[in-house]
Amino acid sequence: MKLSATQIAWRAAQDIEDGAYVNLGIGFPEMVAKFQPPGRQAIFHTENGILGFGEAPAAGSEDWDLINAGKKAVTIKPGTAFFHHADSFAMVRGGHLDVAILGAYEVAETGDLANWSTGPKGVPAVGGAMDLVHGAKRVAVITDHVTKDGKPKLVQRCSLPLTGVGCVTRIYTSHAVIDIESGHFVLREKLAGLSFDELQSMTGATLHAPQPVADLVAPSL
Amino acid sequence: MDKTLPDLATAVAGIKDGATVMIGGFGGSGAPIELIHALIDRFVATGHPRDLTVVNNNAGNGHVGLAALIEQGMVRKLICSFPRSADPVVFTERYLAGKIELELVPQGTLAERIRAGGAGIPAFYTPTSFGTDLAQGKPVEVFDGRSYVQERWLKADVALVKAHLGDRLGNLTYRMAARNFNPLMCMAAATTIVQVSRIVAPGEIDPEAVITPGIFVQGVVEVAKPAQEETLNRMGAVYPEAAA
Repeated sequence: MKLSATQIAWRAAQDIEDGAYVNLGIGFPEMVAKFQPPGRQAIFHTENGILGFGEAPAAGSEDWDLINAGKKAVTIKPGTAFFHHADSFAMVRGGHLDVAILGAYEVAETGDLANWSTGPKGVPAVGGAMDLVHGAKRVAVITDHVTKDGKPKLVQRCSLPLTGVGCVTRIYTSHAVIDIESGHFVLREKLAGLSFDELQSMTGATLHAPQPVADLVAPSL
Repeated sequence: MDKTLPDLATAVAGIKDGATVMIGGFGGSGAPIELIHALIDRFVATGHPRDLTVVNNNAGNGHVGLAALIEQGMVRKLICSFPRSADPVVFTERYLAGKIELELVPQGTLAERIRAGGAGIPAFYTPTSFGTDLAQGKPVEVFDGRSYVQERWLKADVALVKAHLGDRLGNLTYRMAARNFNPLMCMAAATTIVQVSRIVAPGEIDPEAVITPGIFVQGVVEVAKPAQEETLNRMGAVYPEAAA
C-alpha cells in the first residue's frame, strides 16, 4: 500500500497557491502541473527562459523553439514571457520563485539533497538542479519513500554527492508528508493504514511528530 | 557600417586552432546548426580548426550540430551543464574513452559566468554549488550569514549564435525560447558571428524590440530557413552526410 508517482504529484500540487511562481524539475516533477486544484493557476517557470507556458501541443504541431527544460515542446498562452538564461537564473537565485519541486536520490534530515549524481561512473550532468535548490521560497522534493531495493531515501546524512546543503523544506513521499525543521524530519501526514513505527522503520533518521499526524490521502488517478 | 557576411564559409573562416568557441542554444532551440556545419566543412577540407574548447549548455544530440562537431574530433574540451540528451552517444563514447575533457558547471552559474565575461566582472559569488563537489577548490565567503562560492567570468574568442532578425548593424531579435544563452554569448566573445533567418534594413527592427544591440555583434549571415536539430534527428540525419 503506497501512493503511486501520479498520486505523489497530485498531493504536492495541492499545496501550490493560486498565482505562485513554480519551477518543476524535469521528469517526474513535471507531472505536478496536471493536478492544480480548480480555481488556482500557478505560473510555471522553465530554466530555458519562459514564464507562464502552457501544456504540450498536439503531436505534429510542435515548434522546437518553444520547449521546456526537459526539451519537450510546450505552448504559449496569454501572459507568457520570454527572457535569456541570466534573467532566468536571476529569478531562481534571487528569491523570486515561490516553489521549486525536484526529485531526489536521498534527502537528509538536515535538508541536504542529493539528486544529480549516483557516483563517479558514467557521464556527470547537473543542469539547473544546484541553482534551483537556492532561492525558491519553498524547495520541495517528491520521491518514493524508499529505493527500489527497499533502502531509505530519507537519511541522517546523504551518501551520494550533494546537490545542495540544507535546502529542502518539505518532502512528499509515497507514504508520508514530512517537513524539515531545525535539522529534523517532522511528520505531518502518513498513510492511514501505516503505523508510526512502520514508517519509522522505512526511514533512515528519526521522525518527529510534535502534533497529531493527519492521514495522507490522494484520489485514485 | 555593414556587418553582413556573404556566406557561411566566410563567417567561420577566422576561427583558429585551440580557440574557445561559445555555441548558443539550449538543446536544439537556438542552436546555430548551419554555422556549426560550415565549421565542420572547413575542418573536413583543411584539418582546421581543431583542439577547440566549446561552451554550450549541452553536449549535442544525435549526429548533427554540436554532436557532429564532437564526432569529427574537433573539440578538445567541453564546458557545459548537462551533457545528456535523447541521443548523447557521440559525447558519451568520447568522454568515457578519455578523448574529450568535460568541465561541468551548474546551468545558472554557466549563464552568469558568461554574462560576467561580457560585462567585465572577473568574478562573483553565488549560493549555487556551496557544499558540493562542484565547489571544490573555489573560494567561499559568508555574506549576511550565508555561504557563497566564488565563480569566475567566462569569455571566448568566438561566439556562434542563432537569432531571428538582424540588421546590418548587428541588432538582433530572437524567436521565443531560442533566445536562451544566445544574447549572453554575444556579449562574452571577442568575435560574435550570428546566423539570422532574415537580414533587414536598419530601422526595420523596432528599437524597443532589439534584444541584442549591435555593439555585441561582429558578423551577421543570413540563413533563410534554418534547420532544427530536433527535426533533423527525427529524420535520422548525420552530418556530414558522407559519414552515414
